[in-house]
Amino acid sequence: MKTLPDKNGHFDIFGGRYASETLMTALLELEEAYGKAQKDKSFAREFDWYRREYAGRPTPLYFAARMTKALAGAKIYLKREDLNHTGSHKINNTLGQALLARRMGKKKVIAETGAGQHGVATATVAALFGMECKIFMGEEDIRRQAPNVFRMKILGAEVVPVKSGTATLKDAMNEAMRYWVGSVRDTFYIIGTTAGPHPYPMMVRNFQSVIGKEIKKQLNKMEGRNPDFLVACVGGGSNAMGTFYAFRNEKEVAMFGVEAAGRGLNTTEHSASINGGKVGVLHGNKTYLLQDEHGQVRDAYSIAAGLDYPGVGPEHAYFAATKRATYVTVTDTEAVEAFSFLSRREGIIPALESAHAIAYAMKIAPQIKKNKILVICLSGRGDKDAQTIIETM
Amino acid sequence: MGRIGERFKSLGAKNEKALVVYLTAGDPSLSITKALILELEKAGVDILEVGVPFSDPTADGPVIQAASQRALKTGTTLQGVLDLVADIRQSSQIPILLFGYFNPIFTYGVGKFAKAAQTAGVDGVLIVDLPQEEAQELRIHTDAVGLDFISLVAPTTGKDRLKNIVRNATGFLYYISITGVTGTIAPKIDDIARDVSKISKLTKMPIVVGFGISNAAQAKEIGAVADGVVIGSAIVKLIDENRNNRELVKIVTDYTREIKEVLR
Repeated sequence: MKTLPDKNGHFDIFGGRYASETLMTALLELEEAYGKAQKDKSFAREFDWYRREYAGRPTPLYFAARMTKALAGAKIYLKREDLNHTGSHKINNTLGQALLARRMGKKKVIAETGAGQHGVATATVAALFGMECKIFMGEEDIRRQAPNVFRMKILGAEVVPVKSGTATLKDAMNEAMRYWVGSVRDTFYIIGTTAGPHPYPMMVRNFQSVIGKEIKKQLNKMEGRNPDFLVACVGGGSNAMGTFYAFRNEKEVAMFGVEAAGRGLNTTEHSASINGGKVGVLHGNKTYLLQDEHGQVRDAYSIAAGLDYPGVGPEHAYFAATKRATYVTVTDTEAVEAFSFLSRREGIIPALESAHAIAYAMKIAPQIKKNKILVICLSGRGDKDAQTIIETM
Repeated sequence: MGRIGERFKSLGAKNEKALVVYLTAGDPSLSITKALILELEKAGVDILEVGVPFSDPTADGPVIQAASQRALKTGTTLQGVLDLVADIRQSSQIPILLFGYFNPIFTYGVGKFAKAAQTAGVDGVLIVDLPQEEAQELRIHTDAVGLDFISLVAPTTGKDRLKNIVRNATGFLYYISITGVTGTIAPKIDDIARDVSKISKLTKMPIVVGFGISNAAQAKEIGAVADGVVIGSAIVKLIDENRNNRELVKIVTDYTREIKEVLR
């Protein structure tokens, strides 16, 4: 596969920089600063040090023996991103961006968050580097992800409630972008997923690509080969892109991105942008979007706040269009079953987002031969979801 | 020369500055938008920016966000806005720009849109999330049918970038007076005077200033240093506050007339 994006941030027809003029200079400066950091060995050393000493990388690639036995098919490994500091893969990216912000002399950071995982990871690095931090979060998500709101506040961040739209992730991102337009001279926007205007999709992908690189190395040591299947949940798509990217040129590795089907793909209550959307432009990039026939963006829905987003990262759109990865869906009900299954079988409580990946693996694993290897990215821990699960009981 | 160019030419001859008014189409209804536009022309408005509502207006402050939501609730579509312009053209030659976000146009189809807009009598487009890096996608179609593509310049726009924008601009240049979204903070006249003079050294194109101007006093100060001012959120707010008032059109036109006075 070609190395993408091109110099204007396009992944074929997807991606780009559909941003207001006020933000363009900041986006170009960010691209330049990131380009310099990429060439600077001291940046890589610094980033590695924090990932190892602070975040706890590498995370284990755990052979899920009881899950494998119960499903009686493929050999299942879990990439334990839930064991990172702050409880999800989000810290991989926030550490990278905060180090970059520090290099650029920015002392204020902002972020959007859905499930609160990215908000917590941003609040954490802001505390670590002594930066002022504002997190934009939809009111509905503040309600359903209360533990993470407390964590952000404990870490010293200000949580700004967003009331517009369905008061979820899309609205939080709208508000963060508006705030950034007004504060762009001294504020760094730490976008949490592989979306937004260039260079964010590329930069976040690179910061998250450590997940797939580790899987490759770890599995090679344990099994002497690459996995046959990779499965990861996709909202904006950062954990999935992080998992897939190192394997993009290895055709024998099949990749599955799992979108949230919510109450069903045949309803309007889902977040499956690739399976149920059309190409459009939102939040600075061209990608698959849930929208009506007039180009108005539809409200997304998922039981998992982190997947409750009507768009998807542009590189996933590209992987879908070129069929490099396959995008499938899992409903709320299936995700809740998987949440419970993994908790009881392996003693690991997954985030509801990650439970979508578990649920899809549960569907396909029994049909796969026992000598095949399936790796699931367990992107986050599920403590935050206790309240939501209690409400479904 | 199109209607926009003609208007600036005649304003220049009279030594007047342009009053540009923004309205969100369909707020409170397309028929009231039409009535407002026709009366605003009589009140001396030079150019109308007709806002095409979008679900996620990330460059707009709370006032225009709320107006967009209301307009969408009443079923306003891009096609509806184009039909409105065609209807207005039956009786008015006021220059009209469509102001909005790219997705409704992209979904409509860029080529189809350019032709339909030109046929309806639209004079230009201003798409806030289409910077020069992405503009070609639409401009190959709008340039072909002679629609002006209005470019934005922000206080954060650097020198080299500015040169490029100026080189490719048509119609007029829209200078964003604040580092922020629409209608949120008051502009600082000294900064605007400095930036506008910097831009005018690079181009003879008219420079219009907008985002955050809400009264005649500000309009007068800015009119002294630029070729025109845009009033947006202040008008949208006035429309919302008087939505059930029978005097709505009169209230809005009186307010507008007062501002045009200081630009003469």
